[in-house]
Amino acid sequence: MEKTKEPLIHITKRGNISTAGAWAVRVAAIVCAMLVCAVVTTLTTGINPVAVFASIFQGAFGTTRKVWMLFQNLAILLCVSLAVTPAFKMRCWNLGAEGQVLIGGLASASCMILLGNTLPNWLVILLMVIFSVLAGAIWAGIPAFFKARFNTNETLFTLMMNYVATQLVAFFVILWEVPKGAGQIGIINQNSQVGWLPQIGSSKYLLNIIVVAVITVAMFIYLRYSKHGYEISVVGESERTARYIGIKVENVILRTMLLSGAICGIAGLLLVGGTDHTITTSIAGGRGFTAVMVSWLAKFNPITMVLTSFLLVLLDRGAGEISTNFGLNKSFSDILTGIILFFIIGSEFFIQYKINFRKAAKEDR
Amino acid sequence: MKKIIALLLATVMVFALCACGKSSDSGSAAPEFKAGFIFLHDENSTYDANFINAANAACANLGVTGILKTNIPEGQECYEAAAELVDAGCSVIFADSFGHEDYMIQAAKEFPNVQFCHATGTKAHTEGLANYHNAFASIYEGRFLAGVAAGMKLNEMIDSGNITAEQAKMGYIGAFTYAEVISGYTSFYLGAKYICPSTTMEVTFTGSWYDETAEKEGATKLINDNCVLISQHADSMGAPTACENAGVPNVSYNGSTKAVAPNTFIVSSRIDWTPYFEYAIKATQNGEAIPADWTGTIDTKSVLLTEVNTDVAAAGTVEKIAEVQAALENGSLHVFDTSFFTVGGEAVNSYKADVDTDPAYTPDTEVVANGYFHESEFRSAPYFDLQIDGIDLLDVAF
Repeated sequence: MEKTKEPLIHITKRGNISTAGAWAVRVAAIVCAMLVCAVVTTLTTGINPVAVFASIFQGAFGTTRKVWMLFQNLAILLCVSLAVTPAFKMRCWNLGAEGQVLIGGLASASCMILLGNTLPNWLVILLMVIFSVLAGAIWAGIPAFFKARFNTNETLFTLMMNYVATQLVAFFVILWEVPKGAGQIGIINQNSQVGWLPQIGSSKYLLNIIVVAVITVAMFIYLRYSKHGYEISVVGESERTARYIGIKVENVILRTMLLSGAICGIAGLLLVGGTDHTITTSIAGGRGFTAVMVSWLAKFNPITMVLTSFLLVLLDRGAGEISTNFGLNKSFSDILTGIILFFIIGSEFFIQYKINFRKAAKEDR
Repeated sequence: MKKIIALLLATVMVFALCACGKSSDSGSAAPEFKAGFIFLHDENSTYDANFINAANAACANLGVTGILKTNIPEGQECYEAAAELVDAGCSVIFADSFGHEDYMIQAAKEFPNVQFCHATGTKAHTEGLANYHNAFASIYEGRFLAGVAAGMKLNEMIDSGNITAEQAKMGYIGAFTYAEVISGYTSFYLGAKYICPSTTMEVTFTGSWYDETAEKEGATKLINDNCVLISQHADSMGAPTACENAGVPNVSYNGSTKAVAPNTFIVSSRIDWTPYFEYAIKATQNGEAIPADWTGTIDTKSVLLTEVNTDVAAAGTVEKIAEVQAALENGSLHVFDTSFFTVGGEAVNSYKADVDTDPAYTPDTEVVANGYFHESEFRSAPYFDLQIDGIDLLDVAF
């Protein structure tokens, strides 16, 4: 043992790090990220990095409207993240949120276009809710069924379902395009506003925010305190244990994925009926994938996810402001976002593991 | 414990935001004149670069502040960008992409004191809003002139024995089977045919206004299909690059692509938006009404050709273009002269176009009179959507 050459550094798993310690690592990571961003900004553009950081905050919080938009974007991203979380917690990798949101949105848009002139507004909205939830659930249910029944790979299956959903939306966009050949539908029922979700007070976004706030709390309670939530964590820890204690794993998978898809459907409904009032292939805007990061960073805790999605939306909103204020290409703000995320994800490594140097290691002994 | 801290932090942040929001809202009463601009992409798209250059030029010429927002998708984001520009104190706001239209209308309804000018849109004349306007240019004339340059090149190839008259087949990459694109490729084709009567053309569609890969593949497909000259109505460098690689002459759009295709680029037509931007900004400053539709022309300097690349173009191209341009300007020549084309072998003496946009595409306006199709007269955006003989559409999925 004495003779073996000890490496210069080696990594060990930490025991339990204190909450304060964990946060200290996270704060240190953000400070480091800001420093690297500052250096990159100065070297590549010559712009004062402090002004760039100020722009990020100005873009996110500069006016009352910007704050509302920040929360609207946060709400939608959070909604999709909440949707994928129960599946993730069960170690079922639902990467199909993008498609499930799209198909939910398509269901909403179909109701608005096809029923807008024939049914009363309240009925159209009711049908939109039903169909978008159903559509999202079915889109997640198909891979879940095959996973539960034939143990197919849900990662690939859900991913492929995204492309099917995108192509379906593309097909219907061409079918319903206005004017002919334009390749876009435009705002649906712009004058009659049939199928537009009601506006609470003077804010266009309040309804979306409230709906998602309710889902957040409900999801927290569901995962933490319900029998279903317990079953999900047991299946996630070990399928065999779950079977041993009498949990019907197939049912849990199917049920959880249906829930996952249904909430994605709601996100689609909120996007189409609540804010955009149109359907495009890009309406989900990659949130189905960003949600993966939100959920993971928050370790599948719905309340912490408010924070992680807030961080991502903040960076995104700030990015646009940087390009407007400094005439920089959007790619530049993507670089900054990348640096910041790299450090934040990296910080989780340092919270879980410790780096030991040779000399320090000897003293430990 | 961690959750409590997270919650506390979140709450503190929320309050901090609200405080920020209110304080910065109250203090903005800017004396200077501001114009806002919304662009679909950034300067990497030839289409948007053309708009961005015009916006900067117009603001510099008039000494007003321009606020530019790039990469704004055709959705709620466009309305939000417009609303933010209103918040920032802009008195007139421009948007450059067709799909921005409905969201500009939404913003125009909400902010009646701000002028909203939308390039390429079709709805201003039916929407009836005093502060919402469409603009376009008679770019079909520019395309016709670019077509003349293409025709000259084809004739040169025929005369030198490289191809026979029957092999004078051109290729064209379009975005969608939309009237603006149809009007564009048809006027280009008619310009070439005006010079080289035997020419034919194949058109392929990408289903996107900006898709470098699809445009490059489209161009390659057409080149493999024995097209000897390529043009496009799509916004990336995809087609010019493919042409340069294959050594096939290329007529571009939105601006010169000579930088990526020095050995194949002939000429490009483009709309210069500076005259319209300047006009609309001045009208807003003076409180004058802006018409629902504004169509720029060669005369307003809205329709331009870039410099002809004489290394590639046929001899005499510059002179020929000048001659045809003079004829267009004095009205002795019309691009869509009904004697220039047939549809299904028949001459077109009457045609009702879908000028007033509706979901059923109802044909509503007679647009053929005095022996020619009156393009961009009943509204600024093109509505020529006839499939004329001599042009073969390879795919119409989009």
